[in-house]
Amino acid sequence: MSTPVTPRALALLALLALLASTPAGAVDDPPYASVTAERLTAPAADDWLMVRRTYDSWGYSPLNQISTANVGSLQPAWTFSTGVVEGHQAPPIVNDGVMFVATPRNQVIAIDARSGEEVWRYRRALPADLFQLHPTNRGVALWGDRVYLATVDAHLVALDARTGEVVWDVEVADYLSGYYMTLAPLAVEGRILVGTSGGEFGIRGFIEAFDADSGESLWRTYTVPGPGEPGFETWSDEAWKRGGVPIWVTGSYDPATRLTYWGTGNAGPWMADQRPGDNLYANSVIALDIDSGAIRAHHQYHWNDAWDWDEVTAPLLIDFPDGAATVKGLVHAGRNGYLWRLARSADDIRFVDARPYVYQNVFSDVDAESGRPSYDPTRIPRTGHRTEFCPSLWGGKDWPPEAYSPQTGYLYIPANENLCSAFTGEKAKYRPGELYLGLSIDKLEVFPRADGGDHIGELQAWDMRTGEKVWTRTFASHNWGPVLATGGGLVFAGGTNDRQFRAFDARTGDELWQQKTNSGVIGVPVSYAVDGRQYIAVVSGWGVDAQRKQDYLNKARGTDLQVPQGGVVWVFALPQAAGGE
Amino acid sequence: MSSHNRGARPCAGRRALLGGTALALIAPPWWPAIAAETAPERQPAQVGDLLAFPSWEHADRLLAPDDLVTGAEPLLVYPRDPATGVSRERSRLNQILVCRLAPGTLDEATRAHAAGDVVAYSGICTHTACGITGWNAEQAHFVCPCHQSEFDAGRAGQRVAGPAPRALPALPLALSDGHFVIRGSFTSAVGASA
Repeated sequence: MSTPVTPRALALLALLALLASTPAGAVDDPPYASVTAERLTAPAADDWLMVRRTYDSWGYSPLNQISTANVGSLQPAWTFSTGVVEGHQAPPIVNDGVMFVATPRNQVIAIDARSGEEVWRYRRALPADLFQLHPTNRGVALWGDRVYLATVDAHLVALDARTGEVVWDVEVADYLSGYYMTLAPLAVEGRILVGTSGGEFGIRGFIEAFDADSGESLWRTYTVPGPGEPGFETWSDEAWKRGGVPIWVTGSYDPATRLTYWGTGNAGPWMADQRPGDNLYANSVIALDIDSGAIRAHHQYHWNDAWDWDEVTAPLLIDFPDGAATVKGLVHAGRNGYLWRLARSADDIRFVDARPYVYQNVFSDVDAESGRPSYDPTRIPRTGHRTEFCPSLWGGKDWPPEAYSPQTGYLYIPANENLCSAFTGEKAKYRPGELYLGLSIDKLEVFPRADGGDHIGELQAWDMRTGEKVWTRTFASHNWGPVLATGGGLVFAGGTNDRQFRAFDARTGDELWQQKTNSGVIGVPVSYAVDGRQYIAVVSGWGVDAQRKQDYLNKARGTDLQVPQGGVVWVFALPQAAGGE
Repeated sequence: MSSHNRGARPCAGRRALLGGTALALIAPPWWPAIAAETAPERQPAQVGDLLAFPSWEHADRLLAPDDLVTGAEPLLVYPRDPATGVSRERSRLNQILVCRLAPGTLDEATRAHAAGDVVAYSGICTHTACGITGWNAEQAHFVCPCHQSEFDAGRAGQRVAGPAPRALPALPLALSDGHFVIRGSFTSAVGASA
């Protein structure tokens, strides 16, 4: 059967074809400052274009309008409810006055960063059968005119930055096999890099780069080597196939060497005696060639992990003195409770020093040359036994990132002291997409150290020139607060179960300001400026492991402290008169 | 918008449509996917489906009465379309736990859904949709590993401990020709829905 084509229909088709060929956003969409390699490498002071603002992962804004002298006057400029509960951990990413906030359940909300008005919102239809072990998201990446989101059902999505429309949507891995993503992607010269979570579900972790324009895969590098690859010999039998080593947090990048540095998670199952060997590249920092994905260097912080001490955060790229020389460094406050300083080059990562920053009773020694730790055998959890160890499974510091201020030369660590754990190991049973731990969670214990102090949470400052700690602030609560350092001589962090968001003097640690928020602040604070006015922004929204740890502490202490949930973007500024121009 | 699925992994949600779905769906209205647009291995359990071990256990065969020992740990099975042999194991919501309880320990509501002393329940916790893997043999309770919710297998899946808001959905069973057949819909919504 055929249908006659009328002139009117032809005209309509022509009009439709014309509309279809019109570039999106060409007519009515607002202007948008396209993100380039140059802008990411040397961002304007007003912007916060990536998860830690700069590729060196410092978490430092040079803005100084808000300073130690006036921060006491800081007040809310606007707030914005995200409409969802659970862990809000993403930094508000700000590009030329447009803010992008990623939330649990994989929303992205674009907001006018000055007025707080919503511009657009992306809502993801997540699979009905998805179980989220970590219901959170740690932020978006920007490149060109697009916003990139890694999803909890293991997809990478490119959104039009002007409209929020989906440009492409790629399945990175199969969520039914336990893969998911919580990290912010890393954008480098037209590549979008992501890594996969799922270490508790028997996955084989990897980092993958995608073409920012097309979504096509450029390379994939497994964090667990396969047969014939270097490091494969550090695994036994078939353990590598379900070896875990997930990626939780965005890597750093050194444009000079074109190497990107990523922290890796622990191997699975948790019981180390079920996967003998060093288990490369678990609990390591790995340096990947940005063009090929090849692993050029690595350093394993600790081998054959048995404590769930993922070394998730990427190292900060900081220069520091090593003897008479200044080295290009990698600095990492480990979940294993040690502060690591390493030297980086194009083909090597060299151990410099390591020292505990919280109480740690597992390492009996750290080799002065290699940095390889030795273990107290009575502190190694194993199958069929109950074993106590310190710090707890959430470590001296979990995923919340440290910050570094070039103004003070200090590294700021959100730490947890005086907490320990016990594991009672059992034989792990694999079921695709389900927990694969070698440990029944009801046998997992977290408790304050018997002879510990009167607090758990700490904010520590370490002088990177001397390698010594210079001040410590303590909190009765545990601390899950990512840190922001600013050119105003300030450090901002929340993280405690009293819902406070605080400002400290970066040199002394003196608390200068605080604001009680709607929920607990486990989001990454940022600073940006629009039209000459500086803002501090953070999302308050307690959940995920902060909530879990609170549950365990309640159990240990016989308390029932519940932190209210629900995400709210908080943006602070000085009163107009006090801020001045 | 373009969409890519790479490698050999099937992405069931985007496969060809299943034609002629004549079987009676037992999914209640809340079920999120439209069955006619869902690949058979992702469709919800349907009346007439058989219970089968997953492809990675017990050689992928049908569950038989002799597999179930009184009081023993529940077995994980999935619904299988008897006509096509397709196991619906590409949805976590189709995880089914089956066990044989001690005679005389099933209350009336439980007996209404059981095949003799054999009972079947959703394997997905009603709290946060965690996969249920624990078993309290002494009390015949299912135990969720995530937040320690417990459900009584002999009392229609009633919640007896933990933060789960409601009972574990039961699945009515019949024994036919030496295999277990689904004879009705889950008694309530599967998963973490309220």
